Amino acid sequence: MPTPMLDHLWIIPLLPLLGAATNGLFGKNWPNKLVNAVALNATGFSFLAALEAVREFIFVRNQELFRKEFFDWIVAGSFRAGFDLQMDQLTVIMVLVVTGVGFLIHIYSTGYMAHEGGYYRFFSYLNLFMFFMLILVLAANYVLLFVGWEGVGLASYLLIGFYFLKKSASDAGKKAFIVNRIGDFGFMLGMFLLFKTFGTLDFTQLFAKSAPWANEGWGVFGTFTVACLLLFTGACGKSAQLPLYVWLPDAMEGPTPVSALIHAATMVTAGVYVVVRSHVLFTHSETALVVVGTVGCATAFFAATIGLVQTDIKKVLAYSTVSQLGYMFLACGVGAFGAGIFHLMTHAFFKALLFLAAGSVIHAMGGEQDMLHMGGLSKKIKVTYWTMLIATLAIAGFPPLAGFFSKDSILFEAFQREGGWHPLYFFGLLTALLTSFYMFRLIFLTFHGKQRYDEHHVHVHESPWSMLGPLVVLAVLSVIGGWMAAPSFWGGEDHFTSFLSPIFGAAHEGALSEATAHSFELTLAVVAVVAALIGLLTAFWLYIKQPGKPAEIAKSLKPLYTTLCNKYYVDEAYGAVIVKPLLALSTNVLWKVIDVEMIDGTVNGIAHGATATGDITRQTQSGNTRSYAVWVVIGALAVLVIIFWPAIRAMAGGAQ
Amino acid sequence: MILPSLLTSLILIPTVGALAILVLRSDDHKFIRGFALGVSIFEFLFSLTLLWRMDFSASGYQLEENFKWIKLPPIHYHVGVDGLSVFLVILTTFLTAISVIASWNSIHERIKEFFVMLLMLEVGIVGVFLSLDLFLFFLFWEVMLIPMAFLIGIWGHGRRIYAAIKFVLYTMAGSILMLVGIIWLYNVTGSFDLPHIQQALQTGVVSLSHRSELLLFLAFFFAFAIKVPLFPLHTWLPDAHVEAPTAGSVILAGVLLKMGTYGMMRFCLPLFPQASREQRWWIVVLAIIGIIYGALVALVQPNLKKLVAYSSVSHLGFVVLGIFTFGTIGIQGAIYQMLAHGISTGALFLLVGMLYDRRHTFEISEYGGLATPMPRLSAFFLFAALSSLGLPILNGFVGEYLILLGTYSVNWKWASWAATGVILSACYLLWAYQRVFFGEVTHEKNKSLPDTSARERGILLAMAAVTLWMGVGSAYLTRRTATASETIRQQMLRPGDMQPQESSLTPGGSSLKISLERSGTR
Repeated sequence: MPTPMLDHLWIIPLLPLLGAATNGLFGKNWPNKLVNAVALNATGFSFLAALEAVREFIFVRNQELFRKEFFDWIVAGSFRAGFDLQMDQLTVIMVLVVTGVGFLIHIYSTGYMAHEGGYYRFFSYLNLFMFFMLILVLAANYVLLFVGWEGVGLASYLLIGFYFLKKSASDAGKKAFIVNRIGDFGFMLGMFLLFKTFGTLDFTQLFAKSAPWANEGWGVFGTFTVACLLLFTGACGKSAQLPLYVWLPDAMEGPTPVSALIHAATMVTAGVYVVVRSHVLFTHSETALVVVGTVGCATAFFAATIGLVQTDIKKVLAYSTVSQLGYMFLACGVGAFGAGIFHLMTHAFFKALLFLAAGSVIHAMGGEQDMLHMGGLSKKIKVTYWTMLIATLAIAGFPPLAGFFSKDSILFEAFQREGGWHPLYFFGLLTALLTSFYMFRLIFLTFHGKQRYDEHHVHVHESPWSMLGPLVVLAVLSVIGGWMAAPSFWGGEDHFTSFLSPIFGAAHEGALSEATAHSFELTLAVVAVVAALIGLLTAFWLYIKQPGKPAEIAKSLKPLYTTLCNKYYVDEAYGAVIVKPLLALSTNVLWKVIDVEMIDGTVNGIAHGATATGDITRQTQSGNTRSYAVWVVIGALAVLVIIFWPAIRAMAGGAQ
Repeated sequence: MILPSLLTSLILIPTVGALAILVLRSDDHKFIRGFALGVSIFEFLFSLTLLWRMDFSASGYQLEENFKWIKLPPIHYHVGVDGLSVFLVILTTFLTAISVIASWNSIHERIKEFFVMLLMLEVGIVGVFLSLDLFLFFLFWEVMLIPMAFLIGIWGHGRRIYAAIKFVLYTMAGSILMLVGIIWLYNVTGSFDLPHIQQALQTGVVSLSHRSELLLFLAFFFAFAIKVPLFPLHTWLPDAHVEAPTAGSVILAGVLLKMGTYGMMRFCLPLFPQASREQRWWIVVLAIIGIIYGALVALVQPNLKKLVAYSSVSHLGFVVLGIFTFGTIGIQGAIYQMLAHGISTGALFLLVGMLYDRRHTFEISEYGGLATPMPRLSAFFLFAALSSLGLPILNGFVGEYLILLGTYSVNWKWASWAATGVILSACYLLWAYQRVFFGEVTHEKNKSLPDTSARERGILLAMAAVTLWMGVGSAYLTRRTATASETIRQQMLRPGDMQPQESSLTPGGSSLKISLERSGTR
């Protein structure tokens, strides 16, 4: 059976690239409708092409790995990096999430950005992002993946700094790129080590070669551990994990659809994708897995605590994203890669929805982002309210919404993993409680309680259907997105895990027997739901029943509160410890002392020495004919002496 | 045949062009510019024919021409080209043509002399890359110096005389040592002919004592290191760049610096392999210091042109590092990086020059918010900056990646230190970009700056197209430089040496490959 779409897999990323180029080069004077047509068609057809490719993969090729080399990109010696694309079960999930959610967000953006300047530029960047993201998920080797990896960083830089007149926006864009580069530094070294060891960076070959190698136990820093930790450094940058998470909250300077697409649903999950893609390597190293799990769990908890006190609606969601990404890494750390990808997918649905709904709120409020100036909006923007409530229930982990299943499977895997992983489970559970609290805090502050804005200045209005449509679709996905895993709760098959099983192998043997595991899973699910309920009720009590209480608590816990409000002063610490000393060193030592004074001082010193010597010898050039005559005679004598030197010496010798 | 052959023509075309301009009436500026453009474009197109005439799979020099020039000492007019030099020649002719267009409106005085100098400069550089006779090489090396010094000294900015003299003296200091080295080599081998000397040294017909090889290596290396420039011999560069006119900077950064790294690959490694290996450790350390130091100093420059100049110190540090890995991947990366840097930094200097044409300053603080009045120029600038900071699919990435990959397999610590340059380049370029182009327009004068003209757009588009093509189709280049870089590795072998191992692969990797093959045959 022919597989035309798979054979031309490059079409999927190329379409958005064409869209980006068309709008970027010619779109400046086009009407918005034409720009829309180009951008939406590019993404829409890319989505359809992806669907067709997935269909061929599943039904024609029976889920057998598809891989094709299109052209050689870098060739040198024994090194080859090709433009090679592949399709396997993992790619299926990623490519559908990226094109599907991406397309919805493109539609939403046509409404959201309708009155903004630089409309063509926005869609050009957004299409460019899609291109690089698709390269990232379709790539069949690390180097091509790195093209997408850095490329989405570029798109993110451009889109965060979209409002480039604002210094905070261009600062945030730059910060995002540079922090990501720090991670990429590790990622590159990781690639080098892998190439040095295995002689290839092609996924299929590399994983096949590495599979028979021995595992590295805890504390052993062999090839796998070092390579995985280096790759994970890159993942920490891209997926905003400790200690490189600092760029993501600032990235909220970008337009809200960008936050939804890049900084929630797709790009930031690339780090998780890389870890999952490299699972063969990671499972070889106990140390690397522990680090991944611990960093993920710590980030999840840490970011959630900051999220508790933020008042900017987008900032809450940003920290929530950091926190949820932590969950995904926690899953990877305990070896439950499938659960990580599952959460990645459901998170893409509900977090994109949360951001888009928040965008709708901001749109309704005429640009206001501070929740303290909102309140009581539920009656006025009903569609936004209900969809956002669904997303909140999903992220908080209430059954039967998507987040419940994915979060539950992560916590379950963390719990049943042997060997000292219980603290991670405990913190994961605690984070679930905090998540539920800050999300309902957001809902209550925004949509319930008293109206805290001036109705004369703000004319609250529901958004157009171009924006609400995507909200509704995503709301549906946020509800049903997790149902593939549902049968496992009544003893059936987890369809999501079994779909991915050709990649990760059959679900790994837990410490518990089938029946015990099942009863445990139910118990843990109940515990998780109870935690989420506690979060909800606390938020309800604090923000609906006793609206004065939060301020009192903040006052009585002032040091803690201010620390949280200032995000643990991490940005300030980086500034004081790294940025400022580096700039001072460069200016005051390297440039002004070493370059100007020492090296140039020496050079100029030699020059001055030469001038001084010249000044002395110059006096011989007096211009006086008689003195020149003397020099001529002296010179002639000297020449004679040199010519007859052997004779003179012989004579002198003879005289002795 | 009456027509001179290909390589000689490449040297003759700009020479004749320069002479022709010299005897022209000097008041017709339009004609002079047009004529210079015609000559440079013709030279460029002519140099492209090399690509069809050469067989890239064959090792050794091609299209050689060898005539006796001076009987005693036996100096020959010997020119030839291989996979290493051919692209440098094409880069030179390309950038010269670009420079002529870039100088269209920004040169107002002594226009005739300016274009004569520019074409003479081209003669010198093309000659350096083509010469296979050491004396001829030295001659062109010096020929190139004079027009460059005049370009800086006459058409430069504020402290142009200081910069020009500094440039000349620095280079001369190195040249003198190289001259001593060349004469010494002649005394030992009785020849100025590079292939001949190479052959004699490699086969052991002529052998150098350990000490003389070291001294000869240092004499050549020092001359080249100044040109590169390798830290701490780099301080002529920022001055020369800041004071040079745009065309001068483009050629200077684009190709002049590469003469240094070209010399290392052509002379130091093949002729003095023992010394190269022994002295590698401090050269690598200096290269890495250069990468980091150049980037850090670039970070804090208040002068945009100086910033780009220091970034060259950093980028050329990568090239030296790649060369001294002595491995195929590293050397291939170095060759590629030389070409890529010529394009991306050339583009940056063009852009900085365009800003200068409009505002007559390089101070970053004088700019700000330029994206609003000049969106096209700011887009081009971002593109050039991204290629310079090594964004994949643009040209800067491939070279850096290969160099670091090659270095890592030799010594992971070197690669780790050098790779910090990847972070720092993003810092200084994006920070500078933000300060120049983003934000509100703060200076009244900048509000009405015109965006790129059709002429400017033309050259920028050409540069951008090459940048993208090199980034995506890098295999076109690396396939054609493969034999040349392998030849360098072969030339480093001496009788009794072991066959070179492909240093990028550890024995573990290859043994694994073997074992896999074995299990397959079972």
